[in-house]
Parts: sequence; C-alpha cells; structure tokens
Amino acid sequence: MTEAVKIEGPQKTGITAEPEKPARSQWGEVWSQFKSHRGALIGGILFLLIVIGVVFGPLVYWNDAKYVPTGRDFIKLRDMRPIYHMLFDPSAKMDWAYPLGTDNLGRDTLARLMFGGRVSLAVGMAAMVLALLLGTLVGVLSGFFKRLDGMLMRLTDLFLALPLLPMILVAAVLFRESLALSIGPEAGVFVLIVCLIGITSWMPTARIVRGDVLAIKEREFVLAARSIGTRPSGIITRHILPNVMSPIMVSATLGIATAIITESSLSFLGFGFPPDFPTWGRLLNDSVDRMVLYPERVVWPGILISLTVLSVNYLGDGLRDALDPRIRGR
Amino acid sequence: MLTFTIRRLILAVPTLLFISLVIFLLLELAPGDPMAQVPLTVPPEVKEKMRLALGLGEPLHIRFWKWLVQFFWIEPQVLVDHIFGTSFSAGDLRVISWQTRSPVMDIVIQRLPQTLWVVGTAYVVAILIALPIGIYSAYKQYSWFDQLGTFVSMVGFSVPPFFSGVLVIVIFSVQLGWFPSIYDTTHKVTDWDSFVVQLRQMIMPVMVLALQITAQLSRFMRASMLDNLNQDYVRTARAKGLGEYVVVMVHVLRNSMIPVVTVIALGIPSIFGGAIITEQVFKVNGIGQLLIGAIEANDLPMVQTLTFIFAVLIVSFNLIADVLYGILDPRIRYD
Repeated sequence: MTEAVKIEGPQKTGITAEPEKPARSQWGEVWSQFKSHRGALIGGILFLLIVIGVVFGPLVYWNDAKYVPTGRDFIKLRDMRPIYHMLFDPSAKMDWAYPLGTDNLGRDTLARLMFGGRVSLAVGMAAMVLALLLGTLVGVLSGFFKRLDGMLMRLTDLFLALPLLPMILVAAVLFRESLALSIGPEAGVFVLIVCLIGITSWMPTARIVRGDVLAIKEREFVLAARSIGTRPSGIITRHILPNVMSPIMVSATLGIATAIITESSLSFLGFGFPPDFPTWGRLLNDSVDRMVLYPERVVWPGILISLTVLSVNYLGDGLRDALDPRIRGR
Repeated sequence: MLTFTIRRLILAVPTLLFISLVIFLLLELAPGDPMAQVPLTVPPEVKEKMRLALGLGEPLHIRFWKWLVQFFWIEPQVLVDHIFGTSFSAGDLRVISWQTRSPVMDIVIQRLPQTLWVVGTAYVVAILIALPIGIYSAYKQYSWFDQLGTFVSMVGFSVPPFFSGVLVIVIFSVQLGWFPSIYDTTHKVTDWDSFVVQLRQMIMPVMVLALQITAQLSRFMRASMLDNLNQDYVRTARAKGLGEYVVVMVHVLRNSMIPVVTVIALGIPSIFGGAIITEQVFKVNGIGQLLIGAIEANDLPMVQTLTFIFAVLIVSFNLIADVLYGILDPRIRYD
C-alpha cells in the first residue's frame, strides 16, 4: 500500500510541474470535442438508456414476455389499456401491474417491447459487425494491393447496383425454411437476417476505407515501416488499420441505424421473425389491424424504433466531428 | 462527352447481365419448391409433368438463356407491336406469371401507373420543399431555422416509413377523419369533385414518401450551398455590388445545384424500393405490392422480372447521373 503511494507521488509532481495545463491524451481530446456536440451527447445517453432498459429491464420487470394466459385469465387479461389511459377514460380496462397494457392474447406489452428490443438491437449490432468486417476487408485489400483494386471496386459497384430491398425480401423467404430446419426457427431467421443485412450493406464502408487507405499508404511512416522490412500484413494491422479506425467507427454507428430499420421493415412486411418471437417491427405489424381501437400498440414500438435510430444517427454525427482532427481544434 | 456516354452505355450491358445472373441464381439455388403448393394426392409422375410444363426440366444455363431471350428480345417486340400495331412477336412465348397464367409484363404495365403517380408526385413535392429549405438554412447557417431544419431532417431520416405512414393514418384518418386511409386505384378523375377526392387520397402516401426524400435532399442542398458560399467568386460578386438575391440565387445556387442534381437522379431508383413499404401501408396496388404478393405466392417469373426492373432502373439512373454531372460541370468532363 505504502509503496503504491510512493510510486504515485513523483508521477503526480511530474504532471503538475508542466508549465501549461495538463496534457490530454488523444482520446481525451476526442471526448472533449464529443461533449461539446450537444445532440451527440444526448443521443449517446439516450441510446445507452435504451440498451440498458432493454437488456436489464426484463430482469427487474415482473411480467414475462412469453406468458400467454388461458381460460378465464385470458378473458380477464386481454386487451388491457395502458395506465395513462386513465387520464381521459377512467372506465377503460387497465391494471397497475400492466403499465402499458396487454395485447389481444393477454400478453404484456411492456415485456414484449423489452424482449423485442433485445432482438432488434442484437440483429442491428450483429449485422453492423458483419458489414463492418466485410467492408473493412474489401476496403483495405483494394486500397493496399493494387492488383486487387480494380476487381474489388467493380464488385462494390455491382453490389451497389443491385436492387437490395427486393432481393433481401426474396432471399428471406426462399432460405427461411431450410435454415429453420437446420438450426431452429428463431436462430435460423436471426442468422438469415443478420447475414442478408450484412452482405448488402458493406459497400459504403469499403469505399470510405479504401479512400483512406490509399492516402495513408503513401505517407512516410508506412514507407519507414516498409524499409525496415515489415511485411504487408504487419503494415496493415500495425500502421494502417489504427489510422482508419475513425471512419470505421462512424460507419459502425450509422450501420446500426440502417440495420435496425431494415430489420424492422422486413418484420413489418411479414418476412422477418415468427409472430411469437417479437421484434419492434413485428409488434408494429401485428398491431396495425387493430390500430383504430388500440393506437398505443402501434405507437410504442414505432417510437422506440425511431428514437433508437435517431439517437444512433446523432451519435454518429457527433463521432464524425469528434474523430476528425481538422474540426477538433475549433 | 459523347464517347464517355457511349462507353458507359456499353459498360452497363455486362453490369445488367451480371445482375440478371445474380437474380436468376438466387431464385434457382434457393431451396424452395414451386411444386410445394400442389396437393399431396397428385401422383409424382404428374408432378414431374407439371414441372416440365413450367419449364423447370432443362439445365440451368439453357433456362437462363431462354429467360434472357424472352426478356430482352421478345418483350421489346411485344412493346413495339403494341405501339405500332405490327406483329413481330406473334406466336413467341412470353414470360408467364405462375399466379395468373398471363404475361408478366402485362400485369406490370397495369400496376406501373399507380406507383409512378404516387412516387413521382412525392419526388416532385419533396424537391420543391427540400431545395428552399436547404438554400435558406445554408444562407442563415446556425440560425434557429437551420437548427430546426437539421433536427427535422434527422427525424425524417430516422422515422421509418412504416411508422410515419401508420402514424398519419391514426392521426389524420382515424382521429380527425380528414383523409381516407386506403388508396383507391380504381378512382377516375373526371371533374373537379373527383379530382379533390384523388388529391385527398394522395396526400398521405405522398407526404410520407416526401418526408424521407426531403430530409436527405435538404441536407445535401445545405452542404453544397455552404461549400460554395465561402468561395472567392462570391466575394467578387458582392464586391462588384451585385444584390444579395442575385449573388445567392444566381451565382451560388447554380454552382451548388451540380451535385444536387446528380443526387436527385441517383435517388429515384431507391425511391421505388422505399415505395414498396409505403404501398403496403396505404394499400396502393402498385409494383411494390405486386412484388410482395408474388414473393408470398412463390411466383418466380414475376419476382425475377420485377427485381430485374428495379435493377434496370438503378443502372440507368446511375448512368444518367454520371452523364448529367459531366454535362453540368465542364471541369469533370471525362474525355
């Protein structure tokens, strides 16, 4: 204990002995720039709150998303209104134990929203990671190796010319059953949707990464690394990848947003997860038929999708500013 | 410029061929069976005959070739026949839908006007809204108008059309009862009253589609204006004593429109994709709904044709955007 304090002592005096304000690390700079972007900060906090609520909510919430009441319970529990409905219609059927009401099968809406949020966010993040890996791989390869450049960029152009939404729809229907048979209905659809979104959204990342790699490749430190005999793999992982991290991070955040929207559009069109496995898009789709009587069932999943995407977009906007050293000083 | 255009046109052919191959293979390699809907009581040899009748008996490359011939050679002939009353295509086998047993292109032609009408109006409305917003918020950068515009366009980006569509239905047709929630495609415009009815039923789908396009376009217009507003030629124009209106609306706007025009051209095909969802929400029976129905009914020729039409749209508008950029901006002539 005493030794640790002794070691800490001289370091502290070392920093305070600096004449100017204490030096900040690169990430400290990034953080201070990020903080000054109000929208990005609010977006980040909101996104964190949604993630925390969705991940830890079911642990503390008392109702089960999968519980379907039968018999008299079914009659008693179905079609409950949210508790705020009391404000303008005191006679409506509601219960304090079901804060957002129940659906036509008596399942708790809030529990299903949290469960659906887990699925939607998991799909979004997994698809984003897949798209990012593919995009970075293609971008780095075509930027770094001249021989591959022409071919890979033609491939990217071809992918950009594909009609993506129709093809995702077609593939989601055609491959669903065989995948469901091999690894189970929910896992099969999950893998299928993640793969489809990932495979169809790597192109912007690849283009941005390629551009940056092309610029960085010509810099002196890469030449220095090459001249001391570093192999291409070493140059890429040690010198180039860390320098293209910022565009990758920005496209990661924006990728989550598009992946969530694509997944919920698929679910909304009825080509996504099975009905007893809720996602936000699926919940919205299921409630459209009864939206005249129960508008809240449409509004809540919709608001959650929109809020998540909005917060992620603001987060990406702020990250782009924070990670850009040309803007950071201002 | 002409050589560039011709070169791009020639390059578009292999692209389209590749895309048609991808679409063909996607449908071909998929494990789904078109005979899955046939009752189990039908004996296997009859099923085999039905397969052959659908043209499924032959090897892959022959079927691909036949589809290409049907799509690129016979269908244009049918179009020519239809327009000029000739009979080039008499007796040729056309792409037949498995759902309706009628030629696919006939159904597509029936459905196309509904989609074009809604999507086209939405696009025009969006451009008319987006350009002034973009111009003004760039001119008054960081003003409250600019901040509001940024926020609204962020919201426009983030709210998916299947939510905004449902939301406006709940508000405007359920609660307020102003507009019908279902788009009636059999409605004919004959006089003023029926025109008003048509207008009322178009407002909601058009606004939902337009919101998204406006969000993107106004951001782009703003960024493009900001790039130009700080240029030297703007200072020169002001120094000459030109009025603020002339400086902004003539000098800056014309230069800023160059990238915006190409973005407008590039956005058109993606709008057709977005219209798939909007058509589903408002029950417009356009080609988006046709595609969804065909996928659900396992109607492979229809799906193939529609997906390929989307691909043709994307490739041709990419081409148009490239050529437009060259025409508008002499600095980027490619030859």
